[in-house]
Amino acid sequence: MALPTSSAAEPRTITVALIGNPNTGKSTLFNALAGMQARVGNYAGVTVEKKIGRVRCGETTMRLVDLPGTYSLAPRSPDEMVSVEVLLGRQPDVGRIDAVLCIADASNIERNLFLVSQVLDLGLPTVLVLNMFDVARQREAEIDVPALSQRLGIPVVPTEAHRRVGIDDVRQAIVSASESPAPSRPPLFPRQFYEESAELSRELRGPNGDTVPRYLVERLLLDVNGYIEKWFAAVGAPNLSQKLARARERLAQSGFRVPTGEAKVRYAAIRTLLTGVLRHPAARRATLSDRIDHLLTHRVSGLLVFVAVMFVVFQSIYTWARPFMSWIETGQKLVRSAVQSHMPPGALESLLCDGVIGGVGSVILFLPQIVLLFLFIAVLEDCGYMARAAFLMDRLMSRLGLSGKSFIPLMSSFACAIPGVMATRVIENRRDRMVTMLIAPLMSCSARLPVYLLLIGAFIPATTYVGSWVSLQGLVLLAMSSVGAVVAIPVAWAMKKTIFRSETPPFVMELPTYKIPSLRVVLHRAYERGKAFVTRAGTLIFATAIVVWFAGYFPADHRELNAVLAEIRARQKSGQPTDPAQAAELKRLDERQNTLGSRLIEESFLGRVGHAIEPAVRPLGWDWRIGVGAIASFPAREVIIATLGTIYSLGSDVDENNEGLMDSMRNATRSDGTKVYNVPVALSIMVFFALCAQCAGTLMTIKRETNRWIWPVFTFVYMTALAYIAALLTYQIGIRLG
Amino acid sequence: METLDQLPAGERATIVDVAGEDGVAVRLLEMGLTEGEEIEVVGFAPLGDPIEFQVRGYRISLRANEARRLSVKRLGP
Repeated sequence: MALPTSSAAEPRTITVALIGNPNTGKSTLFNALAGMQARVGNYAGVTVEKKIGRVRCGETTMRLVDLPGTYSLAPRSPDEMVSVEVLLGRQPDVGRIDAVLCIADASNIERNLFLVSQVLDLGLPTVLVLNMFDVARQREAEIDVPALSQRLGIPVVPTEAHRRVGIDDVRQAIVSASESPAPSRPPLFPRQFYEESAELSRELRGPNGDTVPRYLVERLLLDVNGYIEKWFAAVGAPNLSQKLARARERLAQSGFRVPTGEAKVRYAAIRTLLTGVLRHPAARRATLSDRIDHLLTHRVSGLLVFVAVMFVVFQSIYTWARPFMSWIETGQKLVRSAVQSHMPPGALESLLCDGVIGGVGSVILFLPQIVLLFLFIAVLEDCGYMARAAFLMDRLMSRLGLSGKSFIPLMSSFACAIPGVMATRVIENRRDRMVTMLIAPLMSCSARLPVYLLLIGAFIPATTYVGSWVSLQGLVLLAMSSVGAVVAIPVAWAMKKTIFRSETPPFVMELPTYKIPSLRVVLHRAYERGKAFVTRAGTLIFATAIVVWFAGYFPADHRELNAVLAEIRARQKSGQPTDPAQAAELKRLDERQNTLGSRLIEESFLGRVGHAIEPAVRPLGWDWRIGVGAIASFPAREVIIATLGTIYSLGSDVDENNEGLMDSMRNATRSDGTKVYNVPVALSIMVFFALCAQCAGTLMTIKRETNRWIWPVFTFVYMTALAYIAALLTYQIGIRLG
Repeated sequence: METLDQLPAGERATIVDVAGEDGVAVRLLEMGLTEGEEIEVVGFAPLGDPIEFQVRGYRISLRANEARRLSVKRLGP
């Protein structure tokens, strides 16, 4: 297998890992190298995204592995450990790494070289890319690239990835680096450190009795309470913590303190390295970025701009997505009627029209909101504003025990929780990210609005106060839209006290230089997110829609309904009836269809479940019909209106402003003649919908983002329990107050 | 000795020490806030916290309770 690579023309495949600090343009470089074709997945058991692209360079094919942006290669969590395992070639689904591509921000080279210094400890062939070289030049910082390359002992390539400048040089440099021996550099730390490390190395064995890579032993010694120590403890290394403590004690006596010594030694070495290589202008002048920053982080102007930006983002996902969503709905109707005109009514036709077309529709219906939100987020991230938004909102969010980075995901969730959950990726801290993700579905999304509008329109009197300024209906709508956010505060608090207990993470955040966002980067990111949603959450949402269709269709006998439908379609085909007798007959058939539809759903699995759970929902003031509506709405809450339309024999083609549906609900009675609905019942239903996790899309997105099934299940259970209890309290208190 | 959170906006100082050896201290050091470095207070967020600084040619935001870890010596105007 291992043939000597004597001839340069021989085709071969190499694996290259791409690593760098956040805000260096790493994903831009990845896309510039690998194009749009990247395979995206997850590493087993962690939330880290696995992204592998293919790059051709002459006869060589590169597998480019994108690692998450990081400031340090000292793993503190299983997620951070993945990068180390990949680099060491210990990640089985990636394999051996032939070279490392390390990207640094040329305009912020000093701090970026800290990670480079750690990467060089790995002893792998490495190429350093100095990206944003144009920004450095604008700031009149001069970098002597050949001298830097010579001192580091690795190739250094200046690039402007957003303009694709220098990309070919990067390709060439990687190929030649992978063919050359790994660079060697003089030891950085005191001699005692390497002696202690060698001593530890002799005693340590990996899980299979294998020797442990030198890099892991060094990190074990350097990182107090780091993840590698926990990892070795789990493998079963006896007396490890005592051995480490003694070794660190000896190092401290020799003048090298752990853990604080590492950064001091590396930064001192970087300073020496850059002397004569990096030349700054004598006095640092205030740049345009500094002046923009002053305006955008100012107490008054900063907040005004922030509110304006948030308003535009929110409006866009709430309002601008509407026309696209109604086009999708219209398209769905067109396809459905096209199928109906070519197929006789029956189970297969219903599966296609109501199950498949409805299921596909419910997946792509979310796309306008997802794409629009991510267009905005990509613009805000790429221009550098995202970090400022977190800076401005941090104090407010820290009162909830979160950080400023949770603000935008939660605010987005008021339009739609799916992009909100996806936007939590900006939160590096796992605990904060998980809590934000799990409370995001409590925010009142746009799909809840039709439910509120229907019930408020039907049951809340149109009383007004203070002249005609404040209406009771408006107040109820406001209360319903805020109940989720209010409940989220104690929920977040409880989660941080129980399942996500850990020390408060540091909120040390880089505020990157402002720059004009690149259109290509922005469009690509929005496209990537939309595609990820459709391919990975979409299939599961679709499957849920099919399951609910099945439960609502079987095991009832559809023969009469099919006959009626065939009759209606035959008559419709022959054009509008001119004869009043024919028109009356068509109307009679329509009514028959709706009556049958109502009866069939009652006979279906769904209807039976509705009847079965009636004792459980009776304390909420509900009858079995509302129970069926609530169950049918678990894939997507907006389905309740169509379901109620079917149940009340009006057909499924009704909307929240349908007067007929409102009247049917107002007049609905129980077997004893009492009215089903009154104000407490309406409030109880609305509170239930406000708090319940009735959205397969959100749950599947949580599954995708966390890479575990437990979290969507947990979200579903806690939200449903919360919704039930709150609806129960609302109804019981409501009827007692009259 | 003064700590970093006590400085007014626009003030420049030299870092004298980073207190502690926990995760917060290590993160501050990794970000380049080491002994002897010069740091400048750029400004405060609307509610007074967090605080924006300039160090090693880039900008960083720290919460007041993190900035408190750093003892500093003012450089004067």
